[in-house]
Amino acid sequence: MTAISDRRQLAYIAAQAADARVNVELEAEGMTLNIGPQHPATHGTLRIVARLDGEQVVEANPVMGYMHRGYEKLAEVRTYPQVTALINRIDWLGSFANEVPFILACEQLMGIEAPPRAQHIRTILFEMARIANITLFLGDMGVQLGAVTPIFYAFRDREHILNQIESATGGRFHPNFDRIGGLKDDLPAGWIEETKRSLREIHKFCDQMDDLIIGNEIFQARTRNIGVIPPDVALSYGLSGPNLRASGVDWDLRRDSPAGLAYDQVDWRVWTHPDGDSFARYWVRLQETRESCKIVEQLLDSIPAGPIMAKVPRIIKVPEGEAFVETENPLGVMGYYVVSQGGLEPFRVKIRSASFSNMSISPWLLKGAYVPDVITILASLYFILGDIDR
Amino acid sequence: MADSSDETTTEEPVVDEARSALLEAIAADLGHDLVGSHLLPGKDLWIRVSSESWGATAEYLQNHQQFRFFNFLSVIDWLPSPYGRSNDSAVEVSLAQAAGESIEEADQTLGTGYGGGSTRFQVLARVHSLTTNLGLTVKADFPEDTLSVGTWVKEYPGANWHEREAAEMFGVHFAGHPGLTALYLPSAFEGHPLRKDFPLLSRIVKPWPGIVDVEPMPEAVEPPTAEPKLSPSASTENPQDVPS
Repeated sequence: MTAISDRRQLAYIAAQAADARVNVELEAEGMTLNIGPQHPATHGTLRIVARLDGEQVVEANPVMGYMHRGYEKLAEVRTYPQVTALINRIDWLGSFANEVPFILACEQLMGIEAPPRAQHIRTILFEMARIANITLFLGDMGVQLGAVTPIFYAFRDREHILNQIESATGGRFHPNFDRIGGLKDDLPAGWIEETKRSLREIHKFCDQMDDLIIGNEIFQARTRNIGVIPPDVALSYGLSGPNLRASGVDWDLRRDSPAGLAYDQVDWRVWTHPDGDSFARYWVRLQETRESCKIVEQLLDSIPAGPIMAKVPRIIKVPEGEAFVETENPLGVMGYYVVSQGGLEPFRVKIRSASFSNMSISPWLLKGAYVPDVITILASLYFILGDIDR
Repeated sequence: MADSSDETTTEEPVVDEARSALLEAIAADLGHDLVGSHLLPGKDLWIRVSSESWGATAEYLQNHQQFRFFNFLSVIDWLPSPYGRSNDSAVEVSLAQAAGESIEEADQTLGTGYGGGSTRFQVLARVHSLTTNLGLTVKADFPEDTLSVGTWVKEYPGANWHEREAAEMFGVHFAGHPGLTALYLPSAFEGHPLRKDFPLLSRIVKPWPGIVDVEPMPEAVEPPTAEPKLSPSASTENPQDVPS
């Protein structure tokens, strides 16, 4: 039997992979694999029903709703200040970041602006929420590939940041610190020095992850060219945040529309990666964590003096109108569409959460993937169940 | 409501050239399919298209206006809620009394948002252009009889889950959607939870205590008619510092 040329062999393999993507005739013989709802790789209760052909996924259908809490309905019967206590629980690893776009939307409707000091501290806490969130991802990605050590480092070093968030706001996970018109409180004494110390720990942690995970041959083999998302597909699915930037799209709301936050006063850069694979998504998040540390370090040195609260009425009534404000949250673009009819409670709040859109690409992305890669692809997309189910 | 932009324009005449130009271009291209618009200079832009042209609008925005990023899609129910607000109206009534305002009866006329509209349900979607860094909110009315508009899934596949969520939460239909099944709710669930006339059961079972339920301090001799927090001096006309 004559050996076919490499070129033809590659074309054959590509055709086979394409078959697996579109071939639905095989499904009668295929096997159905149920991943979750209780599966360690799903960070909560996500269930994925995957139809397999051999080791390849023919069709994957995420099943959600195990954690649906109906925040959009609940927000309609709560006053504006009460809503922030709810929305803290959407992305529970970076809670403070959930509050900011909602508060900014209310401020836009009321026509007020937080004083510079409040905006500054907001930005600091926002970035610390990002660090606390992504640190866990950086370690957790190792666990999905069978490397258990990094997650312990991640939990250990995230504690430094959580301690600082706690000493400033009183809450480790759910600060509920942002107020319409400013902040609840000023920073405690000595906080700035302590925070700088904990940021140095995060820098060390990032270098460790660079060695342990990025430099690991197995990690590279398991993530390079796995789960590739082209930029056009990413945009039309509404992917955002590091997932989008890992596909080479240079868009970051922190740089492009920093209204209400202090990002335009610091020197930092947006990282992108052209590959769009699982490796790129990890790499971009690692660089962003370092960048966040830089942002916080610069902001800590330049906090302006002044009040932390603008003049706001004691009972907050938001004038009639509609506003949509989005910010660059740890998981991606998060926005609130607030409709007010002039009352104490919002008339309608639409929560645009990042993980919901990021996960909506998974049926497309998992088609044709091998079963072990399903876990790494899902882990690299990085979702929080509370952010999907809301 | 559509005139609320006057507040910003009277203070300083902000001219938003990019958004005005965008609105003009859209108006020229869509013609009579564009039935309403609202521009907040320096902030945001809303347009409203006719129900029939909703599906085609996606194709237009993506291919002719470079709106490549799909942000979200949802529905607004403009019916004033007979449940949620009335439960809290006890608070509002006492507030209005404390502030010396007249108490208005709950009226059941439909509200309208930016860009206008006359039906109960409105679909809204938001897209973003990376070339101009502008966002755009697009709205359309749901026809009262069919409650159905076209789907955006073909142009923006990300709309798939958003439309499934909207369909189950509001009981509306997106014609041409590949599989409009329930996303969050169990399959046997009855009703559409985000409709305004769908009761929030926990509030029916036990009314929200809110701030009306605060007990008076022990040394308070006379039964207080209004809560200390709701004193007239704390009305919106007389803003004061929030205690730190």
